Amino acid sequence: MIHTHGSSILETRNLNIYYGQKKVVRNVSLRIPKRTVTALIGPSGCGKSTLLRTFNRMNDFIDSFHYEGEVLFEGSDIYRSRTDVTEFRRRVGMVFQKPNPFTCSIAKNISWGPRINGYQGDLDELVERCLRKAALWDEVKDKLNDSGLALSGGQQQRLCIARAIAMDPEVILMDEPCSALDPQSTLAIEDLIHELRENYTILIVTHNMQQAARVSEHTAFMYNGDLIEYDQTSKIFSQPTEKLTRDYIVGRFG
Amino acid sequence: MTRLELDTTIGPPRRLTTSEEGTIMDTQEIRSSFAIHANRRRIKEWILTKAILGATLVALGVLLYLVGSVLWDGLPYLRSEFFVNFPSRFPDKAGFKSAIYGSMWLGALTLVFAVLLGVSAAVYLQELAGKGRIQSWIELSIATLAGVPSIIYGMLGLGIFVRFFGMGRSVIAGALTLSLLVMPVIIIAAREALKSVPDSIRMGAFALGASRWQTVRDHVLPAATPGIATGVILAMARAMGEAAPLIMLGALTYVAFVPESIFDSFTAMPIQIYNWASRPQAKFHDLAAAGIIVLLGFLVICNSAAIILRSKWGAKKP
Ligand SMILES: Nc1ncnc2c1ncn2[C@@H]1O[C@H](COP(=O)(O)OP(=O)(O)OP(=O)(O)O)[C@@H](O)[C@H]1O
Ligand SMILES: [Mg+2]
Repeated sequence: MIHTHGSSILETRNLNIYYGQKKVVRNVSLRIPKRTVTALIGPSGCGKSTLLRTFNRMNDFIDSFHYEGEVLFEGSDIYRSRTDVTEFRRRVGMVFQKPNPFTCSIAKNISWGPRINGYQGDLDELVERCLRKAALWDEVKDKLNDSGLALSGGQQQRLCIARAIAMDPEVILMDEPCSALDPQSTLAIEDLIHELRENYTILIVTHNMQQAARVSEHTAFMYNGDLIEYDQTSKIFSQPTEKLTRDYIVGRFG
Repeated sequence: MTRLELDTTIGPPRRLTTSEEGTIMDTQEIRSSFAIHANRRRIKEWILTKAILGATLVALGVLLYLVGSVLWDGLPYLRSEFFVNFPSRFPDKAGFKSAIYGSMWLGALTLVFAVLLGVSAAVYLQELAGKGRIQSWIELSIATLAGVPSIIYGMLGLGIFVRFFGMGRSVIAGALTLSLLVMPVIIIAAREALKSVPDSIRMGAFALGASRWQTVRDHVLPAATPGIATGVILAMARAMGEAAPLIMLGALTYVAFVPESIFDSFTAMPIQIYNWASRPQAKFHDLAAAGIIVLLGFLVICNSAAIILRSKWGAKKP
């Protein structure tokens, strides 16, 4: 069991998600404790990205999307609360599978979010702080005005993480952040996740079992839209309760 | 008869059983029929390539002849007087000045109106509006408008700007009419440019809590600008070459002054060319050729700019 000490930051209750007629997430109830790293694993097409995207309402951009149930952030329903959705996305950041830096300079990539949201502080200082946190500062400190696209894939992804951190979110959602990266960059990002866990709640989708085992405290295993098992990562990987989980982890399918 | 056949799975070649031999024969038949087919296809391709090449050469030849004869007739008239004189009854004194100035006024104003309205409309339709019934109706109208003959725009301009708004046969009425004429083209080109901006950029911005407008303003529009500019330049080239709607509006063909405000009457390069070409004296025809050279020069510059923009943009895309 996951002990949330009553302070889960994200929670779904009996969540069903549909794309048109197709039900892709079935009756998922999940509580994500604050300041933890939770891995979301499962075979391709089981609904991991879909579930992840509901947490910052990025599914809103898919026309056929609709849902039933509740999604709570800090106890209030994100789809029904009167808070503006943009306000809410500031607090739940996202890093995408494919690095997607903006076409502008490295510094602007980071400062843009805070600037449009009325950040009052020193933007240069913010850029440096976020790049340092994302373990990218030393590599780019001499070319802050170069295009973000001129970086390597791994550097671009760390830039995207820095961009997310710049908003000072409470949660960072990561959808297979390392799937487009080489082992070296993957390690750099995993180290980064280790650093970030102290201040942020991280939810990471991954196809890499070792990665899930390395970076997360909790792991949720999904299969065909169902949440099969959700527990301490050590428990999931050593003695899973469900046969499906065991089969998946030892690589029998997926 | 038995054959050895490489199995696709890993392992040593194996003897086929008799039952499998039939399928092999079939495969071979199919292969030889492939060969015949490939031959025929090669011949067809050869004929088609030559035919297309021929057609291209014919078109190019006609074009070269036209340009050549225009240059032959017009070049002797391209002296400095041609650019500083107003039109005249005497071909030796007649110049293109009022037409060039008129076209510049028209071009500048049309550029402002068409870009402002056209790009705003494109951004609205592509980025901000939902996908309702009204939107699809607007889309259909724009696609239709792009195909409406230009003289119809002339009638529209005459009815609305010249008469209803009482602008008279002024530069502004002409520019507004031309703006309407090229707006559908600009809207369509701008929407294509916006469409080609990858969605991942938008998603990245939305995930930072940006509004649609902030996202479009700071990321999507800048990324689409080269494409939009290409469309705008091509549309402007078209606007500058139009005579029919302006004649319909009642633009003057003999203007011995340069417009000094947007409410002055005007002439334009294609109108002056049309006027000269329809006179009986041969010398005026040569003047028309000289005018055509100037107009052509402008169009060539526009199109080159568009090509350069497009190729630079293509190279820069990730
Ligand atoms: N925009 C969409 N419209 C319709 N159906 C979709 C859409 N996106 C995903 N789906 C469907 O929803 C199901 C879950 O997709 P999802 O992307 O969440 O899977 P996933 O677990 O992230 O898979 P992967 O590991 O391959 O990324 C799939 O069956 C997919 O076909
Ligand atoms: Mg996915």
